[in-house]
Amino acid sequence: MSQAITEHGVGHAAHHADYLEEPKGLWSWLTTVDHKRIGLMYMWSVMFFFLVGGLFALLIRLELLTPKQTIMTAEMYNRVFTLHGAIMTFLVIIPAIPAALGNFALPLLIGAKDVAFPKLNLTSLYVYWTGAAMAVATLALGGVDTGWTFYTPYSTTTGGGVSLMVLAAFVLGFSSIFTGVNFIATIHKLRAPGMGWFELPLFTWGMYATALIQILATPVLGITLLLLVMERVLGVGIFDAQLGGDPVLFQHFFWFYSHPAVYIMILPAMAVISEVIPTFSKKTIFGYKAIAFSSVAIALLGFMVWAHHMFVAGMSLFAGAIFSFLTFFIAIPSAIKVFNWIATMWRGSITLDAPMLYALSFLLIFTIGGLTGLFLASLSTDVHLHDTYFVVSHFHYVMAGSNLIAFLAGIHYWWPKMYGRMYNQTLAAIGCVLVFVGFNATFLPQFVLGSRGMPRRYYNYLPQFQELHVASTVGSWILAAGLFLILAYLLASFRQKKGSVPANPWGGRTLEWETTSPPTMHNFEGQPVLKHGPYDYRPNPAPVGEDSH
Amino acid sequence: MFIIYLTIFFFFFNGALIIYAVRKWKRRSDKDVTPHITHDTRLELVWSLIPLAVVMLIFFWGFTGYVKAWVAPNDAIEIVVTGKKWVWQFEYPDGSRSLNDLHVPVNRPVKLIMHSEDVIHSFFVPAFRLKRDVIPGRYTELWFTATEPGVQQVFCAEYCGKGHSDMLARIFVDSPEQYEIFLKEGDEQVRKMPLKELGKLVYENKGCATCHSLDGTKGQGPSWKGIWAKTHKGADGTEYTVDANYVRQSILQPQAVVVQGFEPIMPTFQGLLREREILGVIEYIKSLE
Amino acid sequence: MSTATNTAAAEHGHSKFLQHHFREMSQQFEAAKIGMWLFLVTEVLLFGGLFVGYGIMHAKHPEAFMAAHHHLDKVMGALNTIVLLFSSFTMVMAVWASQTNRRKLTILFLVITLLCACTFMVVKYFEYSHKFHDGLLPGKYYTHKGDTVPGQFMFFSFYFMMTGLHGIHVLLGMMAIIWILFRTIRGDFSSDYYAPVDITGLYWHLVDLIWIYLFPLMYLIS
Repeated sequence: MSQAITEHGVGHAAHHADYLEEPKGLWSWLTTVDHKRIGLMYMWSVMFFFLVGGLFALLIRLELLTPKQTIMTAEMYNRVFTLHGAIMTFLVIIPAIPAALGNFALPLLIGAKDVAFPKLNLTSLYVYWTGAAMAVATLALGGVDTGWTFYTPYSTTTGGGVSLMVLAAFVLGFSSIFTGVNFIATIHKLRAPGMGWFELPLFTWGMYATALIQILATPVLGITLLLLVMERVLGVGIFDAQLGGDPVLFQHFFWFYSHPAVYIMILPAMAVISEVIPTFSKKTIFGYKAIAFSSVAIALLGFMVWAHHMFVAGMSLFAGAIFSFLTFFIAIPSAIKVFNWIATMWRGSITLDAPMLYALSFLLIFTIGGLTGLFLASLSTDVHLHDTYFVVSHFHYVMAGSNLIAFLAGIHYWWPKMYGRMYNQTLAAIGCVLVFVGFNATFLPQFVLGSRGMPRRYYNYLPQFQELHVASTVGSWILAAGLFLILAYLLASFRQKKGSVPANPWGGRTLEWETTSPPTMHNFEGQPVLKHGPYDYRPNPAPVGEDSH
Repeated sequence: MFIIYLTIFFFFFNGALIIYAVRKWKRRSDKDVTPHITHDTRLELVWSLIPLAVVMLIFFWGFTGYVKAWVAPNDAIEIVVTGKKWVWQFEYPDGSRSLNDLHVPVNRPVKLIMHSEDVIHSFFVPAFRLKRDVIPGRYTELWFTATEPGVQQVFCAEYCGKGHSDMLARIFVDSPEQYEIFLKEGDEQVRKMPLKELGKLVYENKGCATCHSLDGTKGQGPSWKGIWAKTHKGADGTEYTVDANYVRQSILQPQAVVVQGFEPIMPTFQGLLREREILGVIEYIKSLE
Repeated sequence: MSTATNTAAAEHGHSKFLQHHFREMSQQFEAAKIGMWLFLVTEVLLFGGLFVGYGIMHAKHPEAFMAAHHHLDKVMGALNTIVLLFSSFTMVMAVWASQTNRRKLTILFLVITLLCACTFMVVKYFEYSHKFHDGLLPGKYYTHKGDTVPGQFMFFSFYFMMTGLHGIHVLLGMMAIIWILFRTIRGDFSSDYYAPVDITGLYWHLVDLIWIYLFPLMYLIS
């Protein structure tokens, strides 16, 4: 049972073909139940839709180059930003880390052969593809112009493919639930022998907290979206003021899911960062329990703050005060995490490889995103900033910036494990800098725009806002250039021979680095047994159990 | 603002810590050994409790500011605001209305009672730091006291479709004298407008266009095309001629003479049109050949 | 960590139903149970959204809901409640019989459960066709004449959405029962491996439970 740490994985794969090789053929991939293959298929699907959503984003920025019409009509513009939002939220950000990286890495990290329900895992991928196809098919029905939030009564009265888009989001919810159910059962039941709850790598804790939210929040969104479809098809009246319903009720239902969903987006990002920082600091994580529990705290508090999206939507003074108070509270676990990560680097031995560069970008971008959240949590400032570009910029910092940069960090971190190949480090550093600079150049001006009163979802705008819009548009080009560069050097790494990197290129201490790169179909030779804690970098690590955190 | 400084401080604080750490503890050799520090409860408490204290402080500031902005004083001028795709309509206490231009006196509290006729809109005045959603089927309120004369921009901040970004309005903060003039004679634009154009504006904005066409087609009411100075038959058979007095009477007492073949459904515009606006309508009808 | 430490268990000859990534049957069984419970949580929340919506609209239009619920047939509703409660009992017996290697008894109890489910659907069919005939339909399709209290369509919107969604769940449960009935006849299950019977049982209890809340909510407003 004792598994030697293989410093050089080349040659070890000789008697077992790796998971990329065996079995062969497209059909074997489409019917696979292997978590690594499903993870990769998720990853490339997510990247494809990120490209589509990104192109829509570039179109939006191009249109906003001038105060009046630049390249499209107002109707087109409304459809484009709706699709951008819907694709990025439901098809990219929510599945990006849990379904793609989580599927690939989670069983490896806990020393399991697979997730608990492999067939359910494959089903979730097909459900995702079905939902994606439905979302894209709305284009044939004339598109959707409601914004990704589908606010009633606009969404119940406008034409186009709203019902189909809403059903697509409903279907995608199932995919998310299946992943969540799978992860919780896996973490409970498939840990390697000797791995207690506090020997779990922190990525696992993040996935656990995420899965909790997926399970508890997604059904509420599901029923909300069904009610919206029923409202359109049958006129049931629940969201229609003329029929005795209440349009604001939709917002309560919607944000009861969609606010926790923000944490479906950020918790996995934090989970990735908690893996990367100790590995590249060669030092044990600081405050393991604080990081683990703050994930769970965020997951639970996340259910109690939904109405802070609605401070100006007609709420009582008392309700406003409570939601604002709880919202401030949720800032604390996030702050704790940031300080813990910096403390982990403190007195470490830091190498600035690509994953670490992304992790540091994450820290800075998340700090900006988190702190600007304070403006929006505060009642009197939110009244001014709500539904302006300030909000747009804030949620791009926390959702797009933090999540996608962590996604990139994770891809760069596990890429050698996925494909047994390494990308070009110089290009990776340039790519990271381009993304960081481009992202800030795009969204920092939007904070200023918002505080000056530029409302969001505006096709035409007043001339005094133009300079900052131009700056933002130019920033989006830098960001796009960086992302294309990343795609290019990742694809270029396929020209290398497979297995040309060692099993443990970064010197990580978690279980996934103990198997070959790429791993075999069953991940490990036999059942790996945990010999030391996940972040124990001492020359003579203490055996599990004797050195609890 | 305190929060801005706080944000900038923490951003640079974290940034500096990161850069310092990266430079100071760069990996020098593969044999570097790092200290095994798992946690430090005191330090963790410090960086949990300090942010907690700071955010609680911000919460109370935000909350007290919000409470102050909540209850309108009793002597506020009440103006009814209706949002509809994609215009703002304002109705003053005297019953007169305006579109997209709101006149308020300086240094007097003004209370807006708002509702929507279709989807959700949001009334946003950046200069006053004010915003509130305008919702179908319920009233929302907003109040302010403008302290400086001038013109302020109003945006619709809740996405409402094609014309969302053109759903703009202006608030004219008038001196007390200007406001008196406005109440009597309408805003400056209206006062300077030639009568015929004013009549056209009334035709478009006050609902005439709903029933009276300009091209001869029969609507709920007779078309205005080429009726001036012609003789027509009323519902009771008497004949009459369209002249200034007839038009005036039709606006203020519409049931007095009903044209043959039409229902007596026109509402009175008594008190809704200013004297000059009635003259404008007369001029406008005169001009329609 | 109750099972993971006991790796020796994996070494003796294992069941053909043990999937490769589990070490032993009990681990697989417990994982399946966790999965099912989590799925049931999502189901409860799915219906929970409808219950909350119903509650809010009921509070907004109490007279309309009161008047509308008199159109429902309490006797049929009560009959269905009893049928479902009984089916829950027979499902428990089926799980017990499967767990104790009583194959014939398992088949008997599963068939009774299935018959109860069919009875439920048939009663539901008569209730629905009666409502269709009277024009007691959801939303804009509501055409019932002679109402003294306006706004009753809202009640029927919820009635059809909630009982309809529940009906779909009954149908899905019936399919699951047919599937495990088939596998029982084939002889797949024994005291070592009866997880599918057990988790289908869990699902069936949830379907009953939701009806037990739906029945007083819809039929017995006071």
